Amino acid sequence: MAAWVQKNRTTLGIGLGVLVAAYVFYYAKHDIAPSMFGAAWGYAIPLVLAALVGVIGERSGVVNIGIEGQMLLAAFAGFFGAAYSGSMIVGILAGVGTGLIAGGFLAWTTVRWRMDQIIAGVVLNIIATGITSFYLKSGEILPGVIPNVDVPLLKEIPLIGETFFSGRSAIALVAILAAVVVHLALFHTRWGLRTRAVGEYPSAADTAGINVERLRLVNVTLAGSLAGLAGLYLSMDASASFERGITAGRGFLALAIMIMGAWRPLRALVMALFFGFINAVASQLQLTGGFDVPPQLTGTLPYVATLVVLAVAAGRVRGPAAAGQPYVKKDQ
Amino acid sequence: MSERTPEPPDVHTDPQAAVDVHLDTSQEHLASVVTNEAILELPPEQSGFGEGVVGEVLLDIEGLSKSFGSVRANRDISLSVRRGEIVALLGENGAGKSTLVNQIFGLITPDTGTVAIKGDATPIKDPRDAIARGIGMVHQHFQLVPVMTVAENMVLGHETTRGGGVLDLAAARTMVRELSAKHGLAVDPDTEVEDLPVGTQQRVEILKALSRKVDLLILDEPTAVLTPQETDELLAVMKELANSGTSIVFITHKLREVLAVADRVYVLRQGAVVGEVATKDTDAKGLATMMVGREVVLSIDKSAASPGETVLEVQDLHVVDDRGLGAVNGFSLSVRAGEIVGVAGVEGNGQRELVEALAGMRKVVSGRMALGSLDLTRANPHQTHHAGVGHVPEDREKHGLVGTYSIADNLVLNEFDQAPYAKSGVRQFDAVRENAEKLREEFDIRSSGVMQTAGSLSGGNKQKVVVAREMAFKPKLLMAAQPTRGVDVGSIEFIHRRIVEARDEGAAVLLVSAELDEILSLSDRIAVVHGGAVVAEMDAKDADRTEIGRLMAGDH
Ligand SMILES: Nc1ncnc2c1ncn2[C@@H]1O[C@H](COP(=O)(O)OP(=O)(O)OP(=O)(O)O)[C@@H](O)[C@H]1O
Ligand SMILES: [Mg+2]
Repeated sequence: MAAWVQKNRTTLGIGLGVLVAAYVFYYAKHDIAPSMFGAAWGYAIPLVLAALVGVIGERSGVVNIGIEGQMLLAAFAGFFGAAYSGSMIVGILAGVGTGLIAGGFLAWTTVRWRMDQIIAGVVLNIIATGITSFYLKSGEILPGVIPNVDVPLLKEIPLIGETFFSGRSAIALVAILAAVVVHLALFHTRWGLRTRAVGEYPSAADTAGINVERLRLVNVTLAGSLAGLAGLYLSMDASASFERGITAGRGFLALAIMIMGAWRPLRALVMALFFGFINAVASQLQLTGGFDVPPQLTGTLPYVATLVVLAVAAGRVRGPAAAGQPYVKKDQ
Repeated sequence: MSERTPEPPDVHTDPQAAVDVHLDTSQEHLASVVTNEAILELPPEQSGFGEGVVGEVLLDIEGLSKSFGSVRANRDISLSVRRGEIVALLGENGAGKSTLVNQIFGLITPDTGTVAIKGDATPIKDPRDAIARGIGMVHQHFQLVPVMTVAENMVLGHETTRGGGVLDLAAARTMVRELSAKHGLAVDPDTEVEDLPVGTQQRVEILKALSRKVDLLILDEPTAVLTPQETDELLAVMKELANSGTSIVFITHKLREVLAVADRVYVLRQGAVVGEVATKDTDAKGLATMMVGREVVLSIDKSAASPGETVLEVQDLHVVDDRGLGAVNGFSLSVRAGEIVGVAGVEGNGQRELVEALAGMRKVVSGRMALGSLDLTRANPHQTHHAGVGHVPEDREKHGLVGTYSIADNLVLNEFDQAPYAKSGVRQFDAVRENAEKLREEFDIRSSGVMQTAGSLSGGNKQKVVVAREMAFKPKLLMAAQPTRGVDVGSIEFIHRRIVEARDEGAAVLLVSAELDEILSLSDRIAVVHGGAVVAEMDAKDADRTEIGRLMAGDH
């Protein structure tokens, strides 16, 4: 335990600082704080899921800039799957399945055929934009809603309970769970050790008897399901409609969050929340107009914040050494 | 054992071909084939000698060939290794040793031929398969994940778990401690590998290989990065392993080590086995001759130096290492034109930081260094190069070459933007190629052509590329750190001769080497370093081996 605290002191430190600040704000400004926190988490949910996709990919040595496209395709498939079949379940399955297929596309092109990872990601994004705008139909509606889940006991906690555990859709809970599970898996299981080895120094993994190619294929493909969920959340939960370009760059933002989170799932969760909160602050400023700031300027606040954090983080954090490089065996 | 004619490598006959893997387990037969007396004392399951246990011939290779494009790296190789035997593979750089053992470990698929392990000749698919069949390997280049701890590296691929795939790192640590105690190779399980000195990393590699059940241990130049003490440590471990029934394939360029531990030696030339000999029937000279195909001069004779004016002047230099600790602490030395000054010292006494500082790669904390009248204290590598400093770095992979560039481009790496290799900012590929062809010829770089990527060269040939580049522009000061590391005896002779020639043409040479023999035979003057400072300077004529050894150990 002590060793764990020592090792994760940065994550814990940042987390604790944010928590204290959040509670102070919560009690000091009780009129606006709860709704702002709610908005912050609502904004962060797809970012957390998408950042996890990036983390899993890069930890295994594959840079995924196609997250945006994966989300877009899944948002599309989920929404129209549900609308045409008349079943939310079918829609969810279609969305997650599409995420998996898009992940598989990326995995096979980059890992099996060793296509440049950036190009493959761009291709995926272009395909996604093309398909989803071409086949777009307006006027469709969802047959239902994704159920909200209240977690007993936890929901009683002030602030945390309100924000995370009551009146939130199932996907929000899955996002928290996924961050915790991926973190534990990455740092405390055999799969995690192997994944990190493959992303850092693939030939060391290979000579230790690990099938580098297979592990990368599996990881990148399966991570696609999380991108699928992130997409679903946008079209079936947050807005209940599909619009052209609904992802609005969140897939790229997720990559920034991944870097700010130092390629660690829990830190990425915290960073996504931080980002969501900045966003909520920006909206609040626009709403109340308390300051004499033009709304165009307040709208840039989240991006300025990203830049600042990235600038601070850059140089301090180091990503997986082999991310971006295909693994070529000795005689190929 | 027979010694085959080392003539055309294509003609190949194999005395071991008749070896039958279906066993004769009679006592007389065993006594006649056993290579290692101690093995007969072991129980049959361990020794491999006994009823129903196949193991007499642990590794049997038949007609193995492998080509990379036009390079025939291995041609029709046949060899066998018996239980408890230490077999050395000798051969010049690029002879195909690594290619051969990589095929045994499943990293490279043979074009033709079979590799049989304990009588089982099914092709080895991948390293996983090789490991399952009892093969362990220490690779020519480290295969450790730098950001992971020793324990994590050690269990990678065969993790200790608490069920459900949850890592049990406590068990891993215990395993490392036990293994380390058992073989007398000290390592700390919790240190991250990137913080370890190379010698210790090599120890981790060896323990990693031994952490699984190995019948056959392959060691591809494990001693190239070890100090003499560490080497002796390893040789002792090898002896012990052989006595307990493990067979070892050992690759090295150091004939002393071959003679010290190996039972038998296979000599490879241009991809083919050209000779096989028992070590008791040969000596260093014989082995060197078999390898190169001509007599090799193991010691160089050079005329006395006639030093000119001072070229390099280092005064009270202070430099810190990567962790910010003082590595070079008040180092002062001068090197004159036309002399070779050897820096002798146990590795890790600031030599690396010193050379890096002189090359402009590391910041100088205080002190001064100058090349003639030119102050180089604050110079960057570009400026030092153009001031006339040739630098053969210790780590050729990291600082000497760009692996994905061609040999030709690597040979002009620090002059590519200048005439004749570029005109008005446009590269002149003909000049680059011409230069490469010339140097390839001159330095005997074995490759399929000058456009081959430097990364795919054999270890020793990579070294030759770096040496060629740094010597070709006739530097005023040649700074060579471990210039013959991983280089075969023939090429050592060649590189040494070139260094002496450079000196005779008036270059000042600063030689840093962990090989005391190299220092003693090449230097005109010797500076012994300890703790980052010169503790003694002497004329090479008056140098005494034991005296230097004592000074190196910090006894002054
Ligand atoms: N992947 C590859 N592609 C092309 N050529 C290769 C490749 N690997 C090895 N070679 C060539 O095969 C030959 C044998 O190389 P190998 O590495 O086996 O030599 P070696 O005997 O281990 O030499 P050293 O003592 O320098 O390590 C060399 O000419 C080398 O350039
Ligand atoms: Mg080799």
